[in-house]
Parts: sequence; C-alpha cells; structure tokens
Amino acid sequence: MSPTPQRLQITAANPDPALLDLPWDVPLEQWPAETLAALPRGISRHIVRFARLSGRVIAIKEIGETVAYREYELLRQLGRLDVPSVEPVGVITGRRDPDGEPLEAVLITQHLQFSLPYRSLFSQSLRPDTATRLIDALAVLLVRLHLVGFYWGDVSLSNTLFRRDAETFAAYLVDAETGDLHDRLSDGQRAYDLDVARVNIIGELMDLQAGEFLDDEVDAVAIGDALAERYTDLWRALTEVESFGYGERWRVQARIDRLNDLGFDVGELDIMTDVDGTTVRIQPKVVDAGHHSRRLMRLTGLDVGENQARRLLNDLDEYRAATDRQAEDEAFVAHDWLTEVFEPAVRRVPKELRKKLEPAQIYHELLDHRWYLSQQQRRDVPMKEAAKSYVKNILPGRPDEQSILGVQASDLRETDVIPRVDDEIIG
Amino acid sequence: MATVTFDHATRVYPGTERPAVDALNLHIEDGEFLVLVGPSGCGKSTSLRMLAGLEDVNAGRILIGDRDVTDVQPKDRDIAMVFQNYALYPHMTVADNMGFALKIAGTPKADIRKRVEEAAQILDLTQYLDRKPKALSGGQRQRVAMGRAIVRQPQVFLMDEPLSNLDAKLRVQTRTQIASLQRRLGVTTVYVTHDQTEALTMGDRIAVLKDGLLQQVGTPREMYDAPQNVFVAGFIGSPAMNIGTFPVLDGHASLGRARVAVDRAVIGQFTEDDKNHITIGFRPEALDVVPGGTPDAIPVVVNIVEELGSDAFVYGSLTNEFGAASAVHSGAGDAQVIVRVDPRQVPAKGETIGVRIRPGEQHLFHAGSGERF
Repeated sequence: MSPTPQRLQITAANPDPALLDLPWDVPLEQWPAETLAALPRGISRHIVRFARLSGRVIAIKEIGETVAYREYELLRQLGRLDVPSVEPVGVITGRRDPDGEPLEAVLITQHLQFSLPYRSLFSQSLRPDTATRLIDALAVLLVRLHLVGFYWGDVSLSNTLFRRDAETFAAYLVDAETGDLHDRLSDGQRAYDLDVARVNIIGELMDLQAGEFLDDEVDAVAIGDALAERYTDLWRALTEVESFGYGERWRVQARIDRLNDLGFDVGELDIMTDVDGTTVRIQPKVVDAGHHSRRLMRLTGLDVGENQARRLLNDLDEYRAATDRQAEDEAFVAHDWLTEVFEPAVRRVPKELRKKLEPAQIYHELLDHRWYLSQQQRRDVPMKEAAKSYVKNILPGRPDEQSILGVQASDLRETDVIPRVDDEIIG
Repeated sequence: MATVTFDHATRVYPGTERPAVDALNLHIEDGEFLVLVGPSGCGKSTSLRMLAGLEDVNAGRILIGDRDVTDVQPKDRDIAMVFQNYALYPHMTVADNMGFALKIAGTPKADIRKRVEEAAQILDLTQYLDRKPKALSGGQRQRVAMGRAIVRQPQVFLMDEPLSNLDAKLRVQTRTQIASLQRRLGVTTVYVTHDQTEALTMGDRIAVLKDGLLQQVGTPREMYDAPQNVFVAGFIGSPAMNIGTFPVLDGHASLGRARVAVDRAVIGQFTEDDKNHITIGFRPEALDVVPGGTPDAIPVVVNIVEELGSDAFVYGSLTNEFGAASAVHSGAGDAQVIVRVDPRQVPAKGETIGVRIRPGEQHLFHAGSGERF
C-alpha cells in the first residue's frame, strides 16, 4: 500500500501562498538550516522555529491540532481587543511525512519586529532599573489582559516579548496556549495568574543564574515580588472605588488625570452619591490603555508605543510653544510638526541603519542626544545638527534589533561581554 | 491528605440564567482518584476551577478536609494544579527544577533536599538529580515536571485535561503513568477529562456531568453496569450502548416484529410521561448473533466490520421493514446499531444478520424522564 499522501489544510485570515513552499512534510526539529531564520532559543514546551517568509519572519510552533486552532482563535480575539500580543498567521494541519506518518499541526505567528526576548535583556550586567522597567512592562500587560477578561494561566518571561518604548519597555503576549477569555475574571483567577507569574519569573531568573548569564547578586525573588506589587498597585489605581465629600468634586477630574498619566483613557466612570448627597463614590468601569498613543495617532497618524507617544507629544508641545502657535488648532500644528520636524529627522537615518531601531524609538533617542549635546555645548542645538551627530556617532553602534530571535546577549546594549545564551528547546 | 466536598456548590456566570454548575454535591475520599467527565460545556472544568479557587462560588460551599475554602485564595488552599507539560529550566539540575518553588517559598535547604529526594525515589529519578534536563529522555522530563507538583506535598492534586496536548501514543502511556503514580502517592486527585475511556481507565470513581448537573457518580464498573439514566448509558462505554425507545404491548417492547419481554414489575412503574413506551439500552456485547428465521431476532444490515483482533464489531443499520428503525441510535448514529461478533466468524459487508438481546442484559429506562427503572 502506498503511504497516505499529505493533504495540508491551511487556516489563515490572509494566507500567503509562500507558506506552501515550506517543508511541511519534515518534522520541525529537522528543518534545514537554510529555511530557518535563526536558531531557536528560549524555554518552550514545544518545538518552535523561526523562518523567513516573503520578507518577514514567522514563528512556527508544533502543537496538537485542537490546541493550535484554539490558540489561533484566542490570539485573533486578543488582537481585536487591542491587547499587545503576537499576530497569528494561521494553522496548518494534515501534515504527513513522506512515509505517510502524520506530523503535528503547527500554529504560525508573525514575529514581532523590534522585539527582544527576555534572555537578551536579563543578563549578567542587568541594571536594576532595567529589571524594574521590564517588570513594569509585564505588570501593565497583565493588568491589560485581566481588564479584558483574559486569564493567561502560564504567565512567564518566556511567554512574553519586550519592545523598547522610549525609556521604558512594552510587553507583548506571545503564548496564549493556556489562556481563556472570560466576560470578567474572578479575584481568584487574577490572584492565581499573578502567583504563577511570580513563581515562573523567579524560576526563569534562577535558571539564568544557574547558567551564569545573570549575576548571583541579583535578587530573583525580589524581582518576582516587585511584579506582584506593581500589578496590585496598578490594578487598584484603575479599578478602585474612591469616596469623598460632595465639596471635593475636583477629585473626579483628578482621578481621570491620574489614569491618563498612567497611560489609560477612562471609557466609563461610575459616579454614585449616597442618599443625602454628602459623599460621592467614583469607580472607573471601562479603562483603555494607550491614552497617549491614541492621541498621537489621532493627531499625526503615527502608530507608536505608549511612552514613545508620550515623548513625541511632549516634543510636539515644545514645538507649539517655540513657534508660538498655542492658540491654533492642535491638529494643524501637529501636521506641521510631523512634516517639518519628525519626518525630516527620521529620514536622515540612512537605509542601512533603519534595522537598528523603530523610527519612533530613533526619534526618542535623537531627542535624548539633542538634550545631551545642548547640555554639553551650553546652547540650543538644532534638530538637524543633532540628527547628523546621532546618525554619525550613536546609531552605528547600536545592534540591529529588527529581528532578534535568539540573540547572543553580547549583541545588545547594557550587556557587555557575556557568554552566548545557547540553550535548546526542552520539553 | 484530605477529603474534598462540594456542598451544593453552584456557579452562575454573570449574564446567564442557567448555572454552569448547579448545586453540585460530591464527596471525594482521602486519597481517592476522582474523574469528572462529560461533554463540553457540562461544567466539569468549572467545578474543578471552583475547587481551585479560580471561579467564584455563588451558592453552597467547598471543603478541603474539614476546612471551608469557599472564600480562600487559590494559593492558600494547599492544592496543586498539575500540568503534564511544564517547560523545564535548561540550566538548572533536575533537583533544582523540582525544588525551586520550595526555595521561593523559603523552605529550608535541608527540607527541600529531603522532599526532592523522596519525590525522585517515587519517580525513579534518583540517579538523575544532579543532571540537567537535556540529559533526560522525554518520559523522564515529564516525570520531573510531575515532581515539581509532588514536592509541594499538597493536599489535593487537580488536573484539567492534562493529556490533551499529547499525541495518541503518549496519551495512553502517560495515562497509565499518572494513574499508577497517584496510587503510589495516595494524594487525593481530581481529574477532568471529556474522554470517557480516560475516565474508565484512570478513576477510582467517576462523576458524570451534563448541563451543570451531576448525573451519576460511581466506580467505573458501576457506571458501566448500572447507568442511572439514558445519558450516562450512552456516554460511558466504547463503543457506545445501543439505545432505543419502543412501545410496550402485552408485556413486550416491540422492536418491529421482534419483541422483548418487559418485566411486569417494570411496567407497573410506568408514569404518564412514559406514554406506554420504554427506553431499552443494550451494549454491543449483550447481543447474540442468531440464525436466520429465529423468532424475535432483530435484522441488521452489516455496513462495516471493525476487526480489532480480540474483538470484532459490526456497525449495521436497522431496516424499516421491521418497524421504526429511527427509534434506535448508537455511537454510530441514528438507526444504527453496533454488535460485537465472534472475531473468527465475521459477517460480510452487506449481509443481513439476526441479533437478539441476551436475556437480563438490557438496561431499562423511563421513556419520559430517561431515568433507570
């Protein structure tokens, strides 16, 4: 009897015909090196590989069929809910090897450009503030997921990617396999998720220490605890009921301002007064992350990270003041800022250096550089000049972060001479 | 070690009227392996998550031992959710992989080592404790993952479809492993699956749920031999039971021209709802193949013969010639019956065979309520 031939079924929202050219009849573990984008890294339960496809990079994970469809659908829903997560490309089932033996289904996701795996960020020379910023980013992600009713089930650094966001980081969910979407999470679900996160993070850091990639001096338990603390603070700020006397109604606006400051818009705020009208209780009911990035998007069409947006908006404000146009419609000023300031500055970066960082991140660094030059030279250095110096002196020394898949830690900033992170998939 | 008690435990999701779990009463003995099984949406996972503290309990209570944990945080319940598929940390030794959660909890080093060594012994991992996971086989790595839960020495293990990501071969292997490990450890375990074979092969007792309601709880044998209602009868057993509803005339249920005697005492218990009908279930192995022309034989047209070596099953259709064929259904579909036949004398496809229910091997249910007589 001849072997059962492979009959692939591809489920994808926008199928790319080039998908068919990949060697689906070969177990992922044995894919030829020329197909792969880089060696796979990180701790995973499953075999995961990266491959180049039509000029982009995709991540391919071998996983049971039902679980693959489920995760694909969950990632799509998370995308629709505007939660930072990797974008699912599709599911492929019906794989068979040339002998007709069935092979596992695969889930394909888009590699997140300019993202950094935690192993390249937490490393021997981890600065305490870098750890704090990464943990902050993860806390924000977890709060955002919980706000939309997503129970992760396996929060960990391995299941998260980080992207630079001005001086901070933004975290993205990579693995939704153990997750569930609910109308609303119970306190127990949130507490459990947070507890799992804490234990996993500490375990991952202890593992880095065991492999001598991270200094033993770093207190892994304290970092794990910091996450729990940050999460709890943020959750409280976003959801807590606040009571005050009728005379203190300014506190309504103050609460909204505080939430905006944290990067959240208030979609719905419950205001209740008691029977005799002496106390007011307020509670945010709907909050949406991305206050600054939405505002920048509205004004300029730029789609950037929350803190990058904050930085760019500040620059826009400065531009407005410097050109004395405070009275004008903000949208007009923003348009001029975009065409006269932002775009010319970013365009100064030669093509070959554009893989280093995202444009908004480059602009953020440019602002830093201009500030530094101005301090040094005790004068207001114009953007044009600052950009020239930045492109010449700073940017060439930056690593290419567009597609970091399993980097050698030493390729990255803040990570001096480190042995290569060279582990393999376990499990 | 502890017992687990669901006492009228109810979960109603916001915005829904029907409870996802409706007044569940279930007592699980100390050291028992209880499997919650049922089709998707039956409430089995919700019940487990209520026990884990992941779902609010809207009414009733949940006890672990004598302690009411209904409002206790998940991490304070002294339970462990066990995943089959933990990722292991590549740079840590097997011992550290098993014990790191204890380290985080601040357990003294000597205690950790002792508990890890005990767990390693149970898991046959003693000689690998100082190795890295890379040096282990797939099966050994899985045991290390189990070890992680074991060293915590929880009162109760909870497992929610832990085998669902594994391929068929590994699933059968791991199923046996988990069951035997649980017996060795003697830790009360609640296990959720949609797969009745998993339930039958693993559980000390099985609780079948449907639409949030507990249908029956009992040993695998009890569930198989005396299903309390039509749902359990059809759900437990593979291949599934053949079930049909027939009119009763003169003390006999008529399956077309064939007649099956129904005990007078049973007929005496008929209710108005039954409308003088009875639901009869008969397992594939409760049928005898009889020579053509035998009175009361049910004719079955053979569609497929499934030969399993030790057994052979005929998947056949009933014909309308003998009455309403659609009154019968089985795991193979409506108007289909499954018959276990002698594997050395299998009929040919397309042939018509006569079968007869072996006396005393039928299951009788109320046609109205579906409850067992």
